[in-house]
Amino acid sequence: MSDNTAQPLLRVRDLVVEIPTRRGLLRPVNGVSFDVERGEILGVVGESGAGKSITGAAIIGLLDSPSRIASGEVWLDGERIDNLDNEGLRKVRGRQIGTIFQDPLTSLNPLLPIGDQLAETAMVHLSISRAEARERALAALVEVGIPAAAQRIDAYAHEFSGGMRQRVVIALALIAEPRFVIADEPTTALDVSVQAQILSLLRSLCVKRNTGVMLITHDMGVIAETTDRVAVLYAGRLAEIGPTRDVVESPGHPYSRGLMAATPSPSELADKDLRLNQIPGSMPGLLDVPAGCAFHPRCEFVKDRCRNAVPTSYPSGNSHSACFLHDAEALS
Amino acid sequence: MSNGALVQISDLTKTFDISSPWLERVIERKPRQYLTAVEEVSFDIERGTTYALVGESGSGKSTIARMLVGLMKPTRGSVHVDGVNPDSASAEDVLKFRRQIQMIFQDPYASMNPRWRVSEIVAEPIVTLGLLSGRDAVVRRVGELLEQVGLSARDAGRFPHEFSGGQRQRICIARALASNPEFIVCDEPTSALDVSVQAQVLNLMRDLQRDLKLTYLFITHDLAVVRYMADQIGVLYLGRLVESAARDRLFSAPSHPYTQMLLDAAPRLDGFGRQHQSDSSEIPDPINRPSGCHFHPRCSRAKSNCAVESPQTQTAGASRVACFYPS
Amino acid sequence: MNSQSTSSEAQAEAAAPKGFLRRAWESDIAWSFRHSPVAIVSAVVFLVLVLGAVFAPLLAPYNPFDPSTLNLMDGFTVPMGQGLGSGELYWLGTDDQGRDIFSTILYGLRISLFIGLMAVLFAAVLGVTLGLIAGYFGGWIEAVIMRVADVQITFPSILIAMLIFGIARGLTPPELRDQMAIWVLIVSIGLSDWVYFARTVRSSTIVEAQKEYVHAARLIGRKPGAILRKHLLPNVMGPVLVIATIYLALAIIAEATLSFLGVGAPPTKPSLGTLIRIGQDYLFSGEWWILLFPSLTLLALALSVNLLGDWLRDVLNPKLR
Repeated sequence: MSDNTAQPLLRVRDLVVEIPTRRGLLRPVNGVSFDVERGEILGVVGESGAGKSITGAAIIGLLDSPSRIASGEVWLDGERIDNLDNEGLRKVRGRQIGTIFQDPLTSLNPLLPIGDQLAETAMVHLSISRAEARERALAALVEVGIPAAAQRIDAYAHEFSGGMRQRVVIALALIAEPRFVIADEPTTALDVSVQAQILSLLRSLCVKRNTGVMLITHDMGVIAETTDRVAVLYAGRLAEIGPTRDVVESPGHPYSRGLMAATPSPSELADKDLRLNQIPGSMPGLLDVPAGCAFHPRCEFVKDRCRNAVPTSYPSGNSHSACFLHDAEALS
Repeated sequence: MSNGALVQISDLTKTFDISSPWLERVIERKPRQYLTAVEEVSFDIERGTTYALVGESGSGKSTIARMLVGLMKPTRGSVHVDGVNPDSASAEDVLKFRRQIQMIFQDPYASMNPRWRVSEIVAEPIVTLGLLSGRDAVVRRVGELLEQVGLSARDAGRFPHEFSGGQRQRICIARALASNPEFIVCDEPTSALDVSVQAQVLNLMRDLQRDLKLTYLFITHDLAVVRYMADQIGVLYLGRLVESAARDRLFSAPSHPYTQMLLDAAPRLDGFGRQHQSDSSEIPDPINRPSGCHFHPRCSRAKSNCAVESPQTQTAGASRVACFYPS
Repeated sequence: MNSQSTSSEAQAEAAAPKGFLRRAWESDIAWSFRHSPVAIVSAVVFLVLVLGAVFAPLLAPYNPFDPSTLNLMDGFTVPMGQGLGSGELYWLGTDDQGRDIFSTILYGLRISLFIGLMAVLFAAVLGVTLGLIAGYFGGWIEAVIMRVADVQITFPSILIAMLIFGIARGLTPPELRDQMAIWVLIVSIGLSDWVYFARTVRSSTIVEAQKEYVHAARLIGRKPGAILRKHLLPNVMGPVLVIATIYLALAIIAEATLSFLGVGAPPTKPSLGTLIRIGQDYLFSGEWWILLFPSLTLLALALSVNLLGDWLRDVLNPKLR
């Protein structure tokens, strides 16, 4: 394992995030493990409260107090990053991990021309001269498809439209040539016709640079079109992880199965009298996660075992599912 | 009315005065500014069917919804529901209009008064419109309504914050049903909900439509949802209705280039690794809409006349399209 | 449908509607109160002062306003000293006329608190009403109300109170002046503070009126008055409570200031401010207790109310922390 190239780019093992509150200890992320390879886009999908954004925040060390990583490990390129101090984390963020958030205005400084902000980031992380950094900033803006980039390099964030702003954020996230990018709902605030452009752009840039991407979203359509592999989260646990096509077409976990069936798709030959498949109930709040498999109260295949024991990950086709349905020993 | 449609909307237009305050205008010599949010939109909705209005930001879909239910006065044009107009002079007509039309809103967290119990929320239309008298009758009706939307009569004593987003949307549906309306305007009713909960709410709305013979106007930006809900679909772009057609027709043979673009851009479950056209065009500012056909700067079929004249709506059977070069 | 209704029934059973006391005890505000020593101490001090004021006739050893009980020979008794005339013990000493300071403080507290509470109530009712109207109706109504508020806010409120007080005094017949003084004080302090309520309520009203539950009420034809009272008022009251607490402290101090300046409560019905003014005359002749104890009481009152207000603001608006 000492060979760097044999290791995955990002390696998350048994990550647990805890929030102490007066009503008890919450675990928004509860034992999540996954890898992201170089040049791969891993989709992280789940409904609100599943823990997908907190997983992303934990990896880059941006958890809001009082949440904290209680246990588990995060490795980036063979280097452990979950136990770094603030100074170390700051170096990792930006230089090695780029971030793209839902609201572009959280990443862009409203008082700084976008060119200056890009150049600043390049200078700090790549130790290059100001002139060189400005050149890079311009190249980055051209690359993300800002029209007339040379004229707009000194414009401020508020002078751009929503889609253009998100393009600038992508340029900012990639300018220090990070090895890994976390994109948290990057297109949720955008119109459908703009969303498609931004996702295509993100994917082509990352494939070209061999950057690993963790794309957090609630939209199964976005997952299917954009990602290589997908992790389905439910109540802070990994329900299923595997190649996107396998998970979408033949999901192994009953929750992913329900999620796919509940997702309306414009391409489907839907009859108006055909009902959408629905999962009864809703995801439990963090205060009342049921014992055993968190999904068991909503599951149609529930057995006694599911109420008592938490399933570990079992192979299911090309994927892995945390469901006793795939426990080969119990079946035989 | 003669053609039997329950809802008739003709030439609906709304302009907003978005000028700066007069003092500023006088000092800085700025002209008055207007925003045309909705421009000459006409369509009918047949009894018992669902008409979906699809559009992105700035399309004017929510403005249409507000004018329809009487929350906003149209600048021009008219709305008739079962022959009655919300601005009618007769108090009797206004009351009839209010009983017949209800609305379900987008944000399940803002659509109920957080200080009221569910019972008061659902009973408000019954009491205000004077539909039932006597406390017991109202309480019984509230219980029935809650059970009709898949909740329990015991939920009446609780507060909105004790419910999940999907359950809140059910309460809103119960409130909308309280006045026995024929027509319900649904303004993005599921866009704030998670997928598995969205399916529950959509199915419930469809069951209710079948059982109570409801007529829906369904407003959304999500074409995928429309496919499960609509009979007729109208596509809006910057305040104009660019295409209106039966659902199957619109999905199988869209005629307007904007409809085609929307259909192509919508992410789909079977679109593995699909690359989208990577142009960078966006919806223009609704304050300065492009001349002629508003879509021409983004259109691949645009010719010189598209930038000058705005296309008239062409009718072919039940379909209408506003384009010089429809496919 | 079946599975859904059963699951929601199960949830309903798990969380049956709770009683009011139980909900209050479990609420975030109660929890935060139990975990804030400053809030607890302030509340205790404030409660003791309020109880002292309310039950002054029962608690006070003497009635300082009944001249027949006064013994001039007891004048200037030191704290914990015995009066020369009657030989009685005075905990906090007496003033020049032999009035028991402890008793005058209790009665003064009564007047100060009454004026403060009524002034804030007056300001709150006026400000909330005008703020709701301005925020909901907008247009020229809002313009008129808010411009008046803007003009008024540029003057220090004590000046406005003095102005109103002066005008009102000029208008009342001299024989009614002492009787009316307290009400005039309440109106003048209240009128100088309504602006702060109106501004806050107007902005929360604008936010709330955009929300969909207000649309839902409008579309079934509820009248504006009902929407303002039943829907908007309960939802804008949170910040009003915070401002009311903060302005209660300020109103008490404003009353004390006016009384200290000699334009407030008359010596026949002395408030804490009047007592401080009287006590000030004796500070340099050595009778320090006549000034000190009323001042300390005023300080304790204003400080406890203010700290409670700060705590309340933090609880109701966590973003300000």
